[in-house]
Amino acid sequence: MELWQKQATQAGDPPPQEVPVALRTEGPHGPVIHATNRAARLAGVREGARVTDMQALCPGLRVEHADPEGDSRLLARLNLWMRRWCPWSAVDGTNGLVLDTTGADHLWGGEAAMLVDMETRLSRLGFSAQLALAPTWGAAWALARFGPVRAICHDTADLAPLPVAALRLHGDTALLLHRLGLKCVGDLAAMPRLSLARRFSRAKLDANPLLRLDQATGRMGEPLAPPDAPPSFRAIARLAEPIMDPAHHLPALCHDLCARLEAAGQGARRLSLCVYRTDGERRRIEVSTAAPSRDPAHLHSLFRDRLERIDPGFGFDLITLEAPGAELLDRTQPMLGGRKDAALELPRLIDRLTARFGARALSRPAARQSHIPERAEVTAPLLAPPQDSPPLPNRPARLLDHPEEIRVLYAVPEGPPAQFVWRRQTHRVARYQGPERIAPEWWQDRPGTRLRDYFMVEDHDGRRLWLYREGLPADGRGGPPRWFLHGMFF
Amino acid sequence: MPRIYRLRNVALPARAGRYAVMPGRAMLSEVFALTPGDGAASGFVLAQLPRGPAPLLWVQDRVSRQEAGRPYLPGLGLPGPILRVDVARAADVLSAAEDGLHCTALSAVVAEIWGDPPALSFTASKRLALRAEASGLPCWLIRRGASPDLSAARERWRVVSLPSAPHPDDPAAPGAPRWRAELFRARDRRPGTWVMCYDPATDRVDLSAPFADGALAKAGHAGG
Repeated sequence: MELWQKQATQAGDPPPQEVPVALRTEGPHGPVIHATNRAARLAGVREGARVTDMQALCPGLRVEHADPEGDSRLLARLNLWMRRWCPWSAVDGTNGLVLDTTGADHLWGGEAAMLVDMETRLSRLGFSAQLALAPTWGAAWALARFGPVRAICHDTADLAPLPVAALRLHGDTALLLHRLGLKCVGDLAAMPRLSLARRFSRAKLDANPLLRLDQATGRMGEPLAPPDAPPSFRAIARLAEPIMDPAHHLPALCHDLCARLEAAGQGARRLSLCVYRTDGERRRIEVSTAAPSRDPAHLHSLFRDRLERIDPGFGFDLITLEAPGAELLDRTQPMLGGRKDAALELPRLIDRLTARFGARALSRPAARQSHIPERAEVTAPLLAPPQDSPPLPNRPARLLDHPEEIRVLYAVPEGPPAQFVWRRQTHRVARYQGPERIAPEWWQDRPGTRLRDYFMVEDHDGRRLWLYREGLPADGRGGPPRWFLHGMFF
Repeated sequence: MPRIYRLRNVALPARAGRYAVMPGRAMLSEVFALTPGDGAASGFVLAQLPRGPAPLLWVQDRVSRQEAGRPYLPGLGLPGPILRVDVARAADVLSAAEDGLHCTALSAVVAEIWGDPPALSFTASKRLALRAEASGLPCWLIRRGASPDLSAARERWRVVSLPSAPHPDDPAAPGAPRWRAELFRARDRRPGTWVMCYDPATDRVDLSAPFADGALAKAGHAGG
């Protein structure tokens, strides 16, 4: 909800506080409410209810689309940001974060002060948060959702007044417990364990109140599994004397790094070579690879022409070669015949060309459905699987990046050209085919874009060229039509 | 992309006819486009390339790209993908082509160079020629606005478009494209001149005698 409000504010269209707003997702029987703002909650809109019912209840309800994937991405980012308070944090479900603050709270002036600090900083980001601190994950979950504001749990007795749904139970199980008269956690804890265990012996974890109670009271362990920082791979060369050229040390560094990568079963996608200069500066160059690789000779070859771009100053005495981006790479067996592996060759060629000429020099065109010639070709990823692209009829073999304007003589304004001047040479049209009329794509072109009439012409020397006239004489979109040359045929 | 080759005319000299087209030979060949704004040279080169799903490396310098355009995928109809490299100078084209010739996963390397840059010396062409033969990949140099200087290319061609064949349905429209290809230097065969006709409907190239009829001969000389 707050992500949506932030986006609306950025778009310059924030709704006032008193307008009830709800976000919808698709449920099994039509759209359901996913999240609401405060005004909608006060009007009685419940989460999980159907949108039509809630619109009947609250006619002024403004319904927008929810973005669950965006929410989860945001939560994953926020999870790492929360590590400013403690080193262990993990995403809990779709709307929670769990932090293991053991041993970290005194740094922030105690538990209560830390919770206040968290809430303030989160509210500066535009998020409202319900915080709770408890010895176990389950108890903290319960208190955050059903407990008082910034609750701090010292004893299991703090959980007793909470409803049974606070035990992370399934809705059906909570309803069943209600019908059995067990309304709050304290009632459940007072029950004999044996009878509870017998009643829910086959239930799964989220339908088993006994196991959930044990988790909340700490009788059953529930470890935290935070996303781990990726391992870093690094090779270091410490030198006795400052030197000016790292080239002689690079092969050994590559070997060292590749040995580390191989031990971890990884391959490098990005590499950064860093020299620490004696005058207190640091210089680095980076290369990247198209496919994970841990071949020392290949990695070395990527740096070959770029070492001269490193500024050595008065020399450097420490060189590090690091692989900030690494991916899983399985071991491959060399070909029995001793041939080079074709699947490896192409990524290496791409790496080599990218390292030398930059990533923008390389492109791989792919066909796309469009009648506008320059839009019928898009760039695909360099290592994408090949796709079948049948040739279109009457398309040239070569296309100019920018169509060149030509001066044309014609018999009738809407007819074919009789003669044209291109690059200061006069071409007389011997034969022509066309026109092929291509209308602008109104859904993405600017208004006022003119249509094109394409002619395939052949001049007296036999050159086959592709011309077009932009617009019609009286289409009301600018002056007289202009002519352009766009491509060449075989 | 032209796919099948057939010798149609019996008037060709026997040896030259037998060797007239040999697609996919692993060597360095050079094509001079007599008119720069012309697709004939690219059509001729594509006719000589081997078929297959392997990618084709196509390197261009900046002037070639500005003057003669870029290869346009929907009009080519290649069986495999095409990897385009756009670099600024002729020296970069040569080194990118040499890098490409190291890679046996490619089907061929095509390089376009404008003019007569000093980087394209005899030594540079010899390097490419040896590399192409060592790796077993065909390498084609398309030269525009250039004069045929000293080069180690195993075959050197001059290609120009001719007026196309008559269109079967529409007499006013251009039909199947025709080129005049002149092999003016070759290492292991006799030079000669051919007229090639590419039929897009059946996707094949036919060879006919050079200047079998007078009108065509006149047009060809005018174009050359």
